Amino acid sequence: MDPLILSRIQFGANISFHILFPTITIALGWVLLFFKLRYNATNDSAWMRAYFTWVKVFALSFAMGVVSGVTMSFQFGTNWPGYMEKVGNIAGPLLAYEILTAFFLEAAFLGIMLFGFRRVSNRVHTLATVLVAGGTTVSAFWIIALNSWMQTPAGFEMRDGVAHAVDWWAVVFNPSMPYRLVHMLLASGLTVSFLISGLSALRYLNGDRSESMWKALRTGVFTAAVLIPIQILAGDQHGLNTLEHQPQKIAAMEANWNTGPNVPLVLFALPDEATKENKFEIAIPDGASLVLRHSTSGVVPGLNDYPGNHPPVFPLFWSFRIMVGTGLLMLAVSWSAAFFLKRRHSLPKPLAMLMVPMALSGWLATLAGWYTTEIGRQPWLVTGVLKTADAVGPVAVSHVALTLAIYLILYVLLLIAYLGVLVHLALKAAKDGDASPLPGVMKAAMSQPAAGE
Amino acid sequence: MTFDWPTALPLIFAGLMGLAILIYVILDGFDLGIGILFAVADDAEQDTMIAAIGPFWDANETWLVLAVGLLLVAFPLAHGVILTALYIPVFVLLVGLILRGVAFDFRAKVPSGKKHRWNRIFFLGSVIASLAQGYMLGVYVLGLDVGFGGMAFGALVAFCLAAAYAAMGAAWVIYKTEGELQKKAVRWLRTALVLTALGMVAVSLATPFASPRIFAKWFVWPEMLYLSPLPILSAFLFLWLWRQTFHLPKPDDRHALTPFLTLAAIFALGFAGLAWSFYPFVVPDKLTIWQAASATESLAIILAGTVVVLPVIIFYSFYAYRVFGGKATDLTYD
Repeated sequence: MDPLILSRIQFGANISFHILFPTITIALGWVLLFFKLRYNATNDSAWMRAYFTWVKVFALSFAMGVVSGVTMSFQFGTNWPGYMEKVGNIAGPLLAYEILTAFFLEAAFLGIMLFGFRRVSNRVHTLATVLVAGGTTVSAFWIIALNSWMQTPAGFEMRDGVAHAVDWWAVVFNPSMPYRLVHMLLASGLTVSFLISGLSALRYLNGDRSESMWKALRTGVFTAAVLIPIQILAGDQHGLNTLEHQPQKIAAMEANWNTGPNVPLVLFALPDEATKENKFEIAIPDGASLVLRHSTSGVVPGLNDYPGNHPPVFPLFWSFRIMVGTGLLMLAVSWSAAFFLKRRHSLPKPLAMLMVPMALSGWLATLAGWYTTEIGRQPWLVTGVLKTADAVGPVAVSHVALTLAIYLILYVLLLIAYLGVLVHLALKAAKDGDASPLPGVMKAAMSQPAAGE
Repeated sequence: MTFDWPTALPLIFAGLMGLAILIYVILDGFDLGIGILFAVADDAEQDTMIAAIGPFWDANETWLVLAVGLLLVAFPLAHGVILTALYIPVFVLLVGLILRGVAFDFRAKVPSGKKHRWNRIFFLGSVIASLAQGYMLGVYVLGLDVGFGGMAFGALVAFCLAAAYAAMGAAWVIYKTEGELQKKAVRWLRTALVLTALGMVAVSLATPFASPRIFAKWFVWPEMLYLSPLPILSAFLFLWLWRQTFHLPKPDDRHALTPFLTLAAIFALGFAGLAWSFYPFVVPDKLTIWQAASATESLAIILAGTVVVLPVIIFYSFYAYRVFGGKATDLTYD
């Protein structure tokens, strides 16, 4: 097999594994802050129990994110040396600022957030939670800025074949950056709210009716119900932005071959790049024109305008549909659950059973969304600047293949272990309910220790 | 040498990168070392040892991210050359770091019956990561020589670094624990020190013979005179610390932190020697720091942020260490 394909699969595997965990930590940090602030305001220890349950998930996700992120930062050099050689002057400062402004902040205050509740004042513990949550978000900001720059580069010039920044503001706030950032932050919020809803539903099904379960469940369900329509709007705006700056990506997502008006919205098809047509197509007439141009006679770009310079159609078409389909399912489930919690103050068993597997719906939608946007950039690594094929390093195929195989085994085992621990933590929490984990010692409930204890 | 920004910036970043690596090997050194020492500790001791590093390891490992990040952002050409040449050992290091990093978290959260498995993975990951780091250092010192000689030298440095990390781990346990475990850690430290010293002597003897360039940098007059404090002071600190191990722990736990600080000083001295061996190369014999550096304006913008942020990082790192100061107790989330 050719080393480019293998390196791409390896990078794809690593980034897919990595992104699962920041997707959780970005929003979970803010949810933990919410729990903490509710506890501060109400002095209700159930909020603190919810905090302690979910801070463990945060810790584990953070550790998984760190180790897989370290892998990523090495991989730029091991597999893609051409990337930093060509655009290192742009990517370098953005990555450096991510490490400097976000990574250290999170890592240093994580210890206090996890283990410091009885060692520092309540205020400092809250502050540590704020800093960790803020750190994860700032981290996302820089990484999304870099990724968006690779999609829609701006603010640079080429000198001797190497990119040099001329306007840092334009580099960071490049045309697609605000849309991508909002879409990603909302995706993280949805991933976490469904994870919390799903694992709380699991507790509920196991007979847990404790206050901390209800508090987490309501937080998850209501957050999801509020965020999902916002996400649909944000996704639509992101799509319009892509249409403007990366029309060939939109053409592939819609599997539209010819540019023109009255383009149908293809619901199901098997796009075939060899014959340049869709097999088994089911479509809504004028639908794509309506969605993308907000007019039935709107002109939608077609793939035939970009011969040899458009992304692969099949994976884009389907990953986009998986993302949208998952999003619609999330809308239905979260609104039903919100209705029952708000009006009936209960959760029907079938709905709770549906919510348990839906705990991972955020992961599915996020991955599908990332495949859409990242595969959609091909054959470019940096649009118009650097082709993916020109960035790959001179590494032996056997080495890439061997390491890929071991990575895959490792990732599958770790994912199984991770999900196993999530379920274990939920079931343990269900068994303990609101009971104190250390009876006796915890008699003084949530009081803060004296200084120096 | 004229002093202007294009000359100074790569030098400054080489210095910062060196500093990040040094801080990394000292800080992550002790928690990797504790992982290695898992082999000789029982269950309860393992729990205490984990509690001694629990709040810190994330921040410790971040210095590696910073060091690799600085290599990546400040010397992009070198980053590609070094990491493609070290493809397999980097991979082994990453597997080690992944296993260790997650085992640390998993062992505390899985059902108690499965804890043993994650303890073993923690040990394994720590050993793999330490050996891989040492091996890479050895191969790198010789100018990325991946022939038989380079591999043999790499294996020697790998052993030496793992022993040194074990010593750091033992010194940290002496600082953070008391009673039987502390006494045990003193014995661990003694053994690890002997192994480290053997390794260091072997490396010091092998280096100038393996690399004529390094030989020429050290054995000329008057540099030899200026450099002589490095090996002499290191040897003195080694001997002194070895003698100390027969008197520790002392009443009222005096000098509990001394072994750790002494080892950190030895690391710093050894590191200064290595830095002198490399200078001015970032890829030995191939790329100087100026040839490999990013554009001046990119380095300038990174430096602007670094100057502001680095003191803040150091300040809150101290704060975090202070919050979890004192002897390690059971680590709980609530």
